[in-house]
Amino acid sequence: MQTITAEKKVKKSAKTEKAAPQQDKRFKVLDITMKRNQYRQDALIEVLHKAQEAFGYLEEDVLEYVARGLKLPLSRVYGVATFYHLFSLKPSGTHTCVVCLGTACYVKGGGEIVTAMEKNLGISAGETTTDGQMSLVTARCIGACGIAPAVVLDGKVAGKQTPDSVIEKVQALKG
Amino acid sequence: MEWEELLGLEQKEKANFKPIRVHCCTSTGCRSTNSMEVKNKLETAVKKAGLQEEVQVVGVGCMGFCGRGPMIQIDPEDKIYEEVKPEEAESIIAKLPPYKGGLTGDQFHPMEGDSQHPFFARQLLIVREKSGKIDPNSIEEYIAVGGYQQLHKVLYEMTPVEVINEIKISGLRGRGGAGYPTGLKWETVAKMPGEQKYVVCNGDEGDPGAFMDRSVLESDPHTIIEAMAIAGYAVGATQGFIYVRAEYPLAVSILQKAIQQAKKYGFLGSQIFNSSFDFKIDIRIGAGAFVCGEETALIASVEGKRGTPRPRPPFPAQSGLWECPTLINNVETLGNIPPIIREGGKWFAGIGTAESKGTKIFALTGKVQNTGLIEVPMGITLRDIVEEMGGGVPDGGTVKAVQTGGPSGGCIPADAFDTPVSYESLVKLGTMMGSGGMIVMDTETNMIDVAHYYMEFCRGESCGKCIPCRAGTVQMYQMLTKILKGEATESDIENLEALCHMVKSTSLCGLGQSAPNPVLSTLRYFRNEYDELLVSANGKVQV
Repeated sequence: MQTITAEKKVKKSAKTEKAAPQQDKRFKVLDITMKRNQYRQDALIEVLHKAQEAFGYLEEDVLEYVARGLKLPLSRVYGVATFYHLFSLKPSGTHTCVVCLGTACYVKGGGEIVTAMEKNLGISAGETTTDGQMSLVTARCIGACGIAPAVVLDGKVAGKQTPDSVIEKVQALKG
Repeated sequence: MEWEELLGLEQKEKANFKPIRVHCCTSTGCRSTNSMEVKNKLETAVKKAGLQEEVQVVGVGCMGFCGRGPMIQIDPEDKIYEEVKPEEAESIIAKLPPYKGGLTGDQFHPMEGDSQHPFFARQLLIVREKSGKIDPNSIEEYIAVGGYQQLHKVLYEMTPVEVINEIKISGLRGRGGAGYPTGLKWETVAKMPGEQKYVVCNGDEGDPGAFMDRSVLESDPHTIIEAMAIAGYAVGATQGFIYVRAEYPLAVSILQKAIQQAKKYGFLGSQIFNSSFDFKIDIRIGAGAFVCGEETALIASVEGKRGTPRPRPPFPAQSGLWECPTLINNVETLGNIPPIIREGGKWFAGIGTAESKGTKIFALTGKVQNTGLIEVPMGITLRDIVEEMGGGVPDGGTVKAVQTGGPSGGCIPADAFDTPVSYESLVKLGTMMGSGGMIVMDTETNMIDVAHYYMEFCRGESCGKCIPCRAGTVQMYQMLTKILKGEATESDIENLEALCHMVKSTSLCGLGQSAPNPVLSTLRYFRNEYDELLVSANGKVQV
């Protein structure tokens, strides 16, 4: 298994300059994750999670690399990567602002927060500002319904928010 | 580990409990209001006051009253504090009986709560009996309160058939929504031939507005591990999977730790308690797909595939993970197992209504004074929940409806609030138990907007495998948009209703089959709101 991976690595780096897996430490992370899962095909989602953690998003060459490693058709890897909402095929901003739109948050004004943020940042939900600083994302429900409406800024949950309080926090993050 | 050893450990760990325990919630809700800082400050205050021998600060799981976090509870005084700020920590310690001075920042007046308030007093804790009382990061605390003794009991005192019988006697039904009798499910898996079987814990709590599974996993992970091992013994499985949403990072990390600890103590692994029973558990993390809560989709996802459902039969109990018989139970369902084994199925069957036994955890949220998690016996009325426990709408508003069952459920109007809550009664009202989200809506809430909201949800979450759901949700969404814009006529409503029934009866899985429910239930109870938005055939708005 290792030799196959090594072969592919050489092939890969010959094809594109950008992906030079043997030099890029992040591909090492993928190798370790796949190895720890004994290259089992059912570990695909876990490997993709790790890949997204390491690269920030799932670039095409990363998907190809995973497909080769787990001996899966690229279509299957692409299919899984596009099926689940948490996998992103586009780069995201330095900071992320996730506005929860679960029912409890929605009836308490989560929708207004999204509208206000879209206006403030000049982007639609799901997009990243042109300077690459901030991504605005909506979530189905983060399970913090007791403190609705909730917003997650760079992984930190903030409850009982208003449009103004979120704008203030986001502007502070942007610096 | 032997039985005596476990009892010895229980005694030893129990002896480590200090006379006064200051419980500080460290679950997701309270964490967001800075409870970790509060906990640190409390610990410093205890040291400063020299009370280390008498007082112990414990970071515990969820106490339920999430709307008023961070929550502090003092054991055994049963005093509670709400919305505690870090600077109030010293004042809390200074109010404890053994305090003899030494603190300078004790001039604050932290908000005292009422532990006898109906929000707490009307609850009956079975699944959440240990939540908020022990440190979820410590297996020792779980052992100190009798943990893993039920696993030993089934391994040494009960045959698998006896375990299943006990569950059948209890009348426990699946808490994930559909309410299938748990004992029957276990029996089906146990009776299937084959060497390899699996137990899967469904922690893909996707219903917006429901967070009891997250809370149970974050507050008391070992109960779920113990329950899975008991289930494994009963059905003859040696491998378990816990499928958790990636949106619950704290639950994932607490579970990972808990599994490691259970392995170290020999409650997971091979020859558990020196018996011939082997069981291990792996965690599978979801990646954000609502449909994965459906059991066949969940199986596909555990196998690393796109989470699309498949037709049943064969049911997962016959052919599930990698075509092997698979038992899939929801987190809350499993949380009932150790108490049932401990107290007996008869005890459990004595709680609740004729058809729905035991308790149910509801996430009481929305336009209601007291928000959080409540575990109540089945048969309690919605009025008791919303008005007595929830305290009604804040700022003197009026309750209009309660939404239960998430995107698969419906809205119950306020005039039906005297209905006792059970699986059957909720279905009769045109909704369902679902996972237990209960979102209160006041007269300000536009019910068509609510239906529109849920349809947007289902449209986005439809996996696209079957046409009624894939195309139907889009069409229903557009019709609702048209109604909201005030451009629809009477015939649009008729079409919408017909489409609802078509999608309901022809979709492949529960997502599509129940997606029209929010529309149908609002049409049933709030038809006047739809009518108000209609235009007559000549283009004039009807009044």
